[in-house]
Amino acid sequence: MKYIDEFRDGEVAKNLALSISAAVEPGRSYSFMEFCGGHTHAISRYGLSDLLPPAIRMVHGPGCPVCVLPIGRVDMAIDLALNHGVILCTYGDTLRIPASEGLSLMKAKARGGDIRMVYSTIDALQIARDNPAREVVFFAIGFETTTPPTAVAIQQAEAEGLVNFSVLCCHVLTPSAISNILESPEVRQWGTVPLDGFIGPAHVSTVIGSRPYEFFAEEYRKPVVIAGFEPLDVMQAILMLVRQVNEGRAEVENEFARAVSRDGNLKAQDRVAEVFELRREFEWRGLSVVPYSALKIRQKYAAFDAERRFNLDYRSVPDHKACDCGAILRGVKKPQDCKLFGTVCTPENPIGSCMVSSEGACAAHYSYGRYKDMH
Amino acid sequence: MGEVKRGYVRPLDLKQGRVDLTHGSGGRSMVQLISELFAKHLGNEYLGQGNDGAVLPAPTVEGRPGRLVMSTDCHVVSPLFFPGGDIGCLSVHGTVNDVAVMGATPLYLAAGFILEEGFPLADLARIVESMAHAAREAGVPVVTGDTKVVERGKGDGVFITTTGVGVLPDGIELGGSRARPGDAIIISGSMGDHGVAIMSKRENLSFDAPIESDTAALNGLIAAMLATGADLRCLRDPTRGGLAATLNEIAGQSEVGMMLHEKAIPVKPVVAAACEFLGLDPLYVANEGKLIAICAGSDVERVLAAMRAHPLGREAALIGEVIADDHHFVQLTTAFGGRRIVDWLAGDQLPRIC
Repeated sequence: MKYIDEFRDGEVAKNLALSISAAVEPGRSYSFMEFCGGHTHAISRYGLSDLLPPAIRMVHGPGCPVCVLPIGRVDMAIDLALNHGVILCTYGDTLRIPASEGLSLMKAKARGGDIRMVYSTIDALQIARDNPAREVVFFAIGFETTTPPTAVAIQQAEAEGLVNFSVLCCHVLTPSAISNILESPEVRQWGTVPLDGFIGPAHVSTVIGSRPYEFFAEEYRKPVVIAGFEPLDVMQAILMLVRQVNEGRAEVENEFARAVSRDGNLKAQDRVAEVFELRREFEWRGLSVVPYSALKIRQKYAAFDAERRFNLDYRSVPDHKACDCGAILRGVKKPQDCKLFGTVCTPENPIGSCMVSSEGACAAHYSYGRYKDMH
Repeated sequence: MGEVKRGYVRPLDLKQGRVDLTHGSGGRSMVQLISELFAKHLGNEYLGQGNDGAVLPAPTVEGRPGRLVMSTDCHVVSPLFFPGGDIGCLSVHGTVNDVAVMGATPLYLAAGFILEEGFPLADLARIVESMAHAAREAGVPVVTGDTKVVERGKGDGVFITTTGVGVLPDGIELGGSRARPGDAIIISGSMGDHGVAIMSKRENLSFDAPIESDTAALNGLIAAMLATGADLRCLRDPTRGGLAATLNEIAGQSEVGMMLHEKAIPVKPVVAAACEFLGLDPLYVANEGKLIAICAGSDVERVLAAMRAHPLGREAALIGEVIADDHHFVQLTTAFGGRRIVDWLAGDQLPRIC
């Protein structure tokens, strides 16, 4: 397949692996966090860690939209579907996130909730047009990648006078999550999570550009290499990070230059700024309450804000006591360190959110790599 | 006064007519639906007996009584008509294949229809014709059937359940528990065609992909494979859950592991592209005209040659081998040079967000 196979070429990978091994300095170890779930998925799916020298440790980050969504937010969506009679439109991955009382959107659907999987906000708008007598709510989750389409949908609904359409906005911000990790005591004080650099997001960066990461490189002295989601992108980024560490540099480099510029997609950023503003605080699964880390709908578009329209209140719900998703999302623990991993918590019956999406660290390790724990 | 024609019944309106509740109520309308639609297209000497059950000769193999193989399959596909097929031919192929992969010669089919009130008779006629065509092609007649009608909103147009009976010659023992380390894993062609063809026409997801379902009856291909006399351990058609689910099933039943080679698994470029676009993995996407064969490692060439000589096995490929593994993992060496598990699917394959 053109433009895909080139980035999955096993021969090129072998050569890159040799270059990485040659670049690794003897006696030194390197810990890099891949922020995005897309990278986590690529690493597991292509068996990339088999190609890396043992001195390189990849730490999975919190950049999986499904994983960081707290239980309370899924409860709000379920409440809308079961108790407010709305048609709730949601992205596929979100259907299986465990919520309160043993429910998930999938289970709420079986109980009679009108919950529909959509591929894009365009589908949600169409459902609203087709069902003028029903309230249609789009459950908007995700990082900066999925935010512009939500903004466009809200503006489109306003332009069309689509009064039965609204959005439950749960969009979160990548830079806030990175700051939170860099400020965490495990990284800053105790050093229990050694972090020598970041693989920066692919799709998120096409929107926000590479500029926002410059702060982390300067302020925290951590190299960042923005990389695409193909396995060769990840390998190349690792090589670039190793070189930066060796040379004592902490810069933002862009491996994904075919899609990411320094300024990003300015049009998309404008649309987002027109429709959304910063939330004072937002609870993340794993990172707890992070100030100014998410977006809410501006007053101007209040009519399209499901939280206002249905008077929804956010109620924080603690995770399962034994679930280590929080620590895993911060890079403090590995999936296999969790007592529930692979026993009580499996992709069929996820207890924590990291076991839900194939981008989640637990699901990726369970589905693709658990044989490594057993031999 | 006009003359009343004796025994005259106005024919079914196959252009504008719709299924209504009387078609399932046991009265004249039902008899009419059966005679003008089902019997007309599917008719054969057994169905023509018109009794509550078909009286069939006991199956024999070379004059001796053979063992019976029986299988049943419910079909609830949406959309009912898709590129390369429809629920009618699918309901024949699915069950014929389930009987054939046991090594048996499929002989008879039974068909049960659940129709939804309001379903266009024209569509039903298309489905029954397609079913009849598939049954003729496979050489397996529909010998008995049943029809029920449910109220509007309580069905999804048409559900079809087919049951197949076949006869198994002595000496053929195929089964999911017979794979042994050292055996070869072969597939008859490209993976994921059916699932992607269906998805391309789903209401909320239509995209233009020049891809047709692979739905086909595999009894001919299987007969050719059995005729080689090769040591076949297990045949299975990787339908729901795709290659991944079927191999995990066999690995569990046989208490072995498997090692696949990603590069060797044929996937059409258009299927690979659609899966990439939708965030799906072709190894988990359904097939309806492909089979997996596990055979003794020493017989690979013989089996492959027989398969490739048949139109439905032209792209047959050796994709991996059975290995000893207490955990019964199905593993894959990636085209990239790494290794990973090909696990059971957890629920439906859901598209990723990012």
